Amino acid sequence: MSRVIMYREALNEAIAEEMRRDRTVFLAGEGVAERGGSFRTSVGLLDEFGPERVVDTPISEASFTGLGVGAAIVGCRPIIEILFVDFATLIMDQLVNQAAKYDFMSGGRGRVPMVVRTQGGSGNGLAAQHSQSLEAWFYHVPGLKVVMPATPYDAKGLLKSAIRDDDPVVFIEHKLLYMSKGEAPEEEYTVPLGRADVKREGNDVTLISYSRHTLLCLEAARKLSEEGIDVEVVDLRTLSPLDKETILASARKTGRVVVVHEACKQGGVGGDIAAMIMEEAFDYLDAPVVRVAGLDTPIPFNVTLENACTPDIKKICSAARLLLYRNEVM
Amino acid sequence: MLQVNVNQEIVLSPEKAIEMYRRMMTIRRFEQRSIELYREGSIRGYFHPYLGEEAIAVGVCEALRNDDAIVSTHRGHGHCIAKGMDLGRMMAELLGREGGYCRGRGGSMHIADVSGGVLGANGIVGGGIPIAIGVAKGFRLFGTDRIAVCFFSDGASNNGVFAESINMAAIWNLPVLFVLENNHYAVSTRIDETSMSAALADRATAYGIQAETINGNEVDLVYETATRGAGLCRKGGGPFLMECKTYRHGGHHVNDPGSYMPKDEMDFWRGKNDPIDRWRSRLISSGLAEGEDLNRIDGEVESLLDEAVEFAKRSPEPSVEEFLAELEASRCHE
Repeated sequence: MSRVIMYREALNEAIAEEMRRDRTVFLAGEGVAERGGSFRTSVGLLDEFGPERVVDTPISEASFTGLGVGAAIVGCRPIIEILFVDFATLIMDQLVNQAAKYDFMSGGRGRVPMVVRTQGGSGNGLAAQHSQSLEAWFYHVPGLKVVMPATPYDAKGLLKSAIRDDDPVVFIEHKLLYMSKGEAPEEEYTVPLGRADVKREGNDVTLISYSRHTLLCLEAARKLSEEGIDVEVVDLRTLSPLDKETILASARKTGRVVVVHEACKQGGVGGDIAAMIMEEAFDYLDAPVVRVAGLDTPIPFNVTLENACTPDIKKICSAARLLLYRNEVM
Repeated sequence: MLQVNVNQEIVLSPEKAIEMYRRMMTIRRFEQRSIELYREGSIRGYFHPYLGEEAIAVGVCEALRNDDAIVSTHRGHGHCIAKGMDLGRMMAELLGREGGYCRGRGGSMHIADVSGGVLGANGIVGGGIPIAIGVAKGFRLFGTDRIAVCFFSDGASNNGVFAESINMAAIWNLPVLFVLENNHYAVSTRIDETSMSAALADRATAYGIQAETINGNEVDLVYETATRGAGLCRKGGGPFLMECKTYRHGGHHVNDPGSYMPKDEMDFWRGKNDPIDRWRSRLISSGLAEGEDLNRIDGEVESLLDEAVEFAKRSPEPSVEEFLAELEASRCHE
């Protein structure tokens, strides 16, 4: 029985269901309890689960992330909420030096089943310290899993899997998606980590993306289909571990690939994916793999400038046409 | 029975008093043997000897229950031994061997025995402090009365996570025994150059945590204070911080001669205030042991270390093939 829910409701359901299912799950972060979360993702949880499991923290990101690491080591499944991914700068020691390596350093004898939930992205006029897309930092660190869902269905199913996973997972939501709607069944389901989803099948060109830009790619695909271009859209959903098989299968099928993300192009995940495709599927390609990505700049406050930093549907369409040697449609 | 100096209600059984001597001597000789192994090239990288600070780890861990957990530091061998880790597997880890606690993947700075409640040394100064409050949070969530012990240093008390973490431990009343090992030096910089207050324990009371400062080289005093602190935590009386004044018997790590440490200061702490010599004299003067008994213990410790070194040297090198296979398996997430 499917129904339509908002992305933030999907996240709320995922947390509540997992907390009911497993009493070792707890949520800690700034304003998650009394306020129900700045993006209303934890509304009602304090009433149901009480203050020991739904915890309002001081503004002490490094240490309440470490609190999650310690609790996870002794068998809890903490969900640590970092209000903006920009504040992840403050938690990097606990995440990168502690959580990510604990299993490895202990010779496989310790685990850190912790989820760090956070949100990123531009588009709300929040300027340079509240609008970044920093997933490449986490993607670069062995030992971390990185999840970036685009739809309510995936958000719920992936968050449930992330909570049940025995490794640290960085779960990055997009601030413009919380009110977006989509179908999600009422029945219990999960979406496995590490599996991309072909959200639209096509034969001419592949658009690879994740998070909010998956939705822009789907819109671009609809537009391009009116021009007779048959577009495949691959939603990575999980960046790490990366679903190379699905990416390579699509690249081999269409021979033309555009990687799309909001984050800065320099050092972005897109460059890594493009290199991987060229290393492993070069013979199948009919054109170079191209990246459509954010400008290499801090995000400006002004709305016109802000919009200029992030790839839009027009830029995505142009890149696809370029790979097919089509003229620009005016 | 030996009455310890502060609280007359807490007594040390003769067995425990002797055991504390044995443990301190084990740590002392483990470190000295490790330094020899380093000099002969059997240990690579570098490590941070616990020489001179033995009374703290031993006094604290003797006050704990087996199911309590400790979070250690880069200078962690003493904590591991005091909590009961096996000398052979520890030494094998220092040699980077498959038979080590972390199968040679961790080394001295990351040595851990998760199932034994030693939740890890740490290469990041201060890195373990937030982890300790999380351990305490977990213990309470599970409805147990286990406690977490957080060993850290004067150097770490200048790290931001110290302030954040003791604050959270205070507001949530978490069962954490904070053990501040004030050895007066952060790497090579004296604490009086980096703190305007000589009493670091004041930092805890400022956040609403009970705290005391003691001579960390008197093992009975450490034991007595830790027993009270642990008891307080276990009964829900909140976190407790004990600042233990002590001194490193050398530089920051095995390769640091510590030339910045004044000779008279070093002589005082290595001589009159050496924790093992002090305890040895106390045991003899209180009639709990004869010098010969203690010499016999020294010999037993040496034999155990001979065995540990032999175990470590016999332990195989990790296999690269196995390492790569495990890496591949960890990438296959399902």
